[in-house]
Amino acid sequence: MQLNAIEIKNLTVDYDRITVIDDVSFSVEQNDFLGIIGPNGAGKTTLFACMLGIMQNYRGEISFFGKDIRKSRKYLNEIGYVPQKPVFEKNFPVTVREVVRMGMKNLNEARIDDILKQVWIHELDHRIIGELSGGQQQRVFIAKALADNPKILILDEPVTGIDQQSTEIFYSILTELNKKQNITIILSSHDLDAVNHLANKVACLNKTLFFHGISDEFFKNDQLLKQYSESSMQQHMHHRDEK
Amino acid sequence: MSLDILYFSFMQKAIISGIAIALLCSVVGLFLVLRRYSLFGDAVAHSSFGGIAAGLLVGVYPLWTAYLVSLASALIITKIRQKFDISGEAAVAVLLSSGIAVGLILISLSGGFTTDIFSFLFGSILLVSTENTILILALTGSILIVILLLYRDLIYSTFNEEQAKVSGIPVEKINYLIVFIAGITVVTSIQLVGILLISALFVIPNVTAIMYRRGFKQTVLVSISFAVFSVVTGIILSYIFDITPSGAIVLLLIAIFAATLIIKSTGLIAKLTA
Repeated sequence: MQLNAIEIKNLTVDYDRITVIDDVSFSVEQNDFLGIIGPNGAGKTTLFACMLGIMQNYRGEISFFGKDIRKSRKYLNEIGYVPQKPVFEKNFPVTVREVVRMGMKNLNEARIDDILKQVWIHELDHRIIGELSGGQQQRVFIAKALADNPKILILDEPVTGIDQQSTEIFYSILTELNKKQNITIILSSHDLDAVNHLANKVACLNKTLFFHGISDEFFKNDQLLKQYSESSMQQHMHHRDEK
Repeated sequence: MSLDILYFSFMQKAIISGIAIALLCSVVGLFLVLRRYSLFGDAVAHSSFGGIAAGLLVGVYPLWTAYLVSLASALIITKIRQKFDISGEAAVAVLLSSGIAVGLILISLSGGFTTDIFSFLFGSILLVSTENTILILALTGSILIVILLLYRDLIYSTFNEEQAKVSGIPVEKINYLIVFIAGITVVTSIQLVGILLISALFVIPNVTAIMYRRGFKQTVLVSISFAVFSVVTGIILSYIFDITPSGAIVLLLIAIFAATLIIKSTGLIAKLTA
């Protein structure tokens, strides 16, 4: 039997005595395209921080390919991560090709060419990253994530602030990576339509796990969609009141 | 005036040491500038003033005590930044003034300002000894080898700390390594431009080179070229016109910076890089 790519059991995270993730359990099978949806403050970024080992102060268990991530950081070699808005100095003097090469010891030029072609950015390889548009920059960060030959790609609301055309290109690339290269993809997004079209599984997070299962079961169930939008609205109001 | 001055032993030592320091400051400074840590060199240099004063007071070679104090200061700044909610520039400001305050008290205890103190404040590259030239070359070589070996990790953790961490790069260790290297570089460079102008060597060639909008390796090369040119020309001009080398070096760096600004404003850099 094939091991699950990711297994999360009873994950609870408290931050400043406030519970931001409450007893969440779900699994991701290999080659899944999982869309994680939830309003602002639902705990999506915190969940990713735990999965990526950035946040270690949690209860419960997270396993990648059957191994508890607290016991070894080697699992990180299997993961590519694309953050929401990568923070870097605007004038950082580095070309697209140099970004992909960063931190990599055994990455030859032919492999870099392949990766850049996969994300449709090959013709920009000698441009300085700060000169590119937001959409192009995000494709560079996918290329960077692919340099490690990851089995899993985690993307945290990667198209926030990116125009429609770039977003469509971005989603096409993700579909190709999932279907042709069998990379398991976990994408958090506010865009329900996108998740509906791209993901075969969906997880609705709002501190607790509201739903986890086949996308169609969620998106074709009006009752679930209504409950989700009501719960999202409540969270949105709560978030606004806190501010 | 011919190039006969280059046959003088003191001039050869000054130029060799100057080139080594220019190389070192350009490379280390680029990482500091890109980490928005431009004034780090200044803070460590000012804190090393306390170390120099302590050395002079107790009769130990001042550069040794300066190395100790500057390394301790570099580590303190890093720790304060990590542990407390204080911005990097605020930590730098606190350390900068602490170093000067301690230095001033120690100097007043040891009988006031002497020529030695002034040579550390303003630099004295023309007086550099053979032993110091060897030390400067050895430290420059060692630091550049470390940077070369860890180049990919250093640049990645400077570019995006979070992603570097996720890729398994030991970012915290790299951060400590950078401040350690910067601490050594600052004290080594004090002999060239002195405590008061040290940050010019770290910052100006790099800020100028970044404006040419090239890749990382080319930016390093451009920065090194500007720094080496300014240091060598500055040392020679200072001898010819009997002026302070540190002032001449820094003014040349500023002239290149100003020229780059003018070229940039004409749009020439954009045309060249298009």
